[in-house]
Amino acid sequence: MYNPTEATMTVQDTGAIKMTARNVNVFYGDKHAIKDVSIDVRADEVTAFIGPSGCGKSTFLRCLNRMNDTVASARVTGEMRLDGQDIYDRQMDVVQLRARVGMVFQKPNPFPKSIYENIAYGPRIHGLARSRAELDEIVATSLKKAGLWDEVKDRLNDSGTALSGGQQQRLCIARAIAVNPEVILMDEPCSALDPIATAKIEELIEELRGRYAIVIVTHNMQQAARVSQKTAFFHLGDLVEYGPTSEIFTNPKKEKTKDYITGRYG
Amino acid sequence: MNKPALADGALTPTDWTSPAMVARIRQRYAREARFKAMGLVALVISALFLAFLLYSIAGNGLTGFQSTEIRLNVAFKPEALGITAADLAGPDAEDRLRQADYGLIGGDALIARFPEVTDPGDQMDLEELLSPGTAAYLRETLVDNPALLGKSITLWVPAATDVDMLNKGQIDADLPALERGISDRMLGYYRQLKADGDIRTSFNTRFFTAADSRDPELAAIWGATMGSLLTLFVTLLISFPVGVLAAVYLEEYAPKNRLTDFIEVNINNLAAVPSIIFGLLGLAVFLGTFGMQRSAPVVGGLTLALMTLPTIVIASRVAIKAVPPSIRDAARGIGASPLQVVFHHVVPLALPGIMTGTIIGMARALGETAPLLMIGMRAFVVDVPASLTDPATVLPVQVFLWSDSVERGFVEKTSAAIIVLMVFLLMMNALAIYLRQKFERRW
Ligand SMILES: Nc1ncnc2c1ncn2[C@@H]1O[C@H](COP(=O)(O)OP(=O)(O)OP(=O)(O)O)[C@@H](O)[C@H]1O
Ligand SMILES: [Mg+2]
Repeated sequence: MYNPTEATMTVQDTGAIKMTARNVNVFYGDKHAIKDVSIDVRADEVTAFIGPSGCGKSTFLRCLNRMNDTVASARVTGEMRLDGQDIYDRQMDVVQLRARVGMVFQKPNPFPKSIYENIAYGPRIHGLARSRAELDEIVATSLKKAGLWDEVKDRLNDSGTALSGGQQQRLCIARAIAVNPEVILMDEPCSALDPIATAKIEELIEELRGRYAIVIVTHNMQQAARVSQKTAFFHLGDLVEYGPTSEIFTNPKKEKTKDYITGRYG
Repeated sequence: MNKPALADGALTPTDWTSPAMVARIRQRYAREARFKAMGLVALVISALFLAFLLYSIAGNGLTGFQSTEIRLNVAFKPEALGITAADLAGPDAEDRLRQADYGLIGGDALIARFPEVTDPGDQMDLEELLSPGTAAYLRETLVDNPALLGKSITLWVPAATDVDMLNKGQIDADLPALERGISDRMLGYYRQLKADGDIRTSFNTRFFTAADSRDPELAAIWGATMGSLLTLFVTLLISFPVGVLAAVYLEEYAPKNRLTDFIEVNINNLAAVPSIIFGLLGLAVFLGTFGMQRSAPVVGGLTLALMTLPTIVIASRVAIKAVPPSIRDAARGIGASPLQVVFHHVVPLALPGIMTGTIIGMARALGETAPLLMIGMRAFVVDVPASLTDPATVLPVQVFLWSDSVERGFVEKTSAAIIVLMVFLLMMNALAIYLRQKFERRW
């Protein structure tokens, strides 16, 4: 059953594997955006997706919590599992899947509501808090985990959109954490942020590692090298190389990977 | 001596001072100035039109809010009223007072006021100074205060429309009697009353409390206003939820295919259908098929709802479309169901736009006449409608009815009704603007 492709060869330990993808293809109409990709995401690691623009990183990431369902032209084949459960199965409840596999987007997108409401919304719709006090608790811990608590604890009723870009992005991370997900997908979470805010998010990812399986898309090679344990390099819809970050960056097996990492690509 | 690189034309520096360039710049300025001037002229023309419209309506209509009254010393003589002391002792005293005949005492008071008029025929003419509403006014006075029975009291009673028109200067007293439509004798009585200070102009409260009448000095707007409110209530009740739900479905749920394209095109077409067609539809469906009552606000409201629906659907769809997709992604990304995404996020954010569209649609419905004529809301209604099935008319139809009337007294009433209608429209538009400002959000 477990049939690692060449790219996933280095992943040996299946014990802590959270999500698996096997022979996944994604089409937008006639466009073949993801070609036969197989990958494992471990629960205790940060996995980074890198690759040139338009190679399908976001597309693949969005398949992991079925956000692509909303794109009418998108079609997904192959197999994706969360804890061994097929997420494209008819039985799968998409709403619940997205609560278990949370997402942080490239552009911070807080709800135009108060900071408190931004965090409380998820737990409330999933019935995670039985009382107001419990909800307060969830909001506070989520903000603390996202490293935002000290900055906003005195103004929880201010609008979430009034925060700075970096704060907004951490608010979005706190919002994702609040529903207690198992996996957090981040699509270029730092691309709209300055270096200091980026450093904060990176610290945060480091802190969250181990508690959540994290998948991050990034264009920043140093960032991938700093925060991730596994790196996947995509090119034109193909998964070119996948392995431990240290190996990918110091000793890439493929010429294309090497070119891209050293900046010689395109 | 050109360097080789610059020989290649594309790299020659632009000469911003060459005559051709200077001419082009001058031409650009001239065009700019011309365009600005044309815009200004257009603005002035439209402002002038608007000012003229407002001036003529206000000039004609403001006197419609005033009524002319005559001071009379009225004697509530039991024998003239046809009641006895015994009637008042009984348990149904108020009914007796109500049913009494008040037709004579007003005239009697005038005859007493002009003792020099002795000929019975002339005395009859005197009564024409008083409005036909005088009897009703005297009745209310006595019913409110039965102690007045058998006593005399000085009252201001409503004047007839001719006196009203004379007093407001809308009949030129210098014209020959035939042209002005009032006999010299009547003019004499009026002048005498006026000279004695027995004629006054007061605010026409009746205009805002009663319904239509055949007599211009008694005709009032409140009946039509209530008719409009009841009709719009039905319109809002139907078209808002249906319109918003249709828009939400089309935007958030419906698959994009031939069928929904077809529906979309047709909704846009419906918005352009002349309103009278909706009137015919209402006539055929609500009155014809369902046999509902003519002239009823509920039928008018349903008909106008048909007409308003496309406007609300289109405005709501635009508002929903304007909600950034990132908000939907955010909600979906933490596991909100499609219904929760729509009703917790999309609709609240689109609501200002939806409300603005709805209010504008309602304002259009308020000003709509043609479809209501088709379903019989042009009836002459003397009672203020109190329920959705009472016969009623609406403000614009009232304007139409009064403007169609031959009596001179209705001219100012028509303009007064237009003013009332415009005040309502202004209030609705102001509300729309206020809501838009208040709820405008940035993301
Ligand atoms: N909704 C869509 N409809 C059609 N084609 C799409 C859609 N979304 C993405 N694509 C195409 O799929 C390919 C992969 O896009 P994707 O957004 O996954 O790239 P990416 O690797 O995330 O790029 P970037 O680094 O610029 O974000 C691109 O060629 C893109 O044009
Ligand atoms: Mg992307």
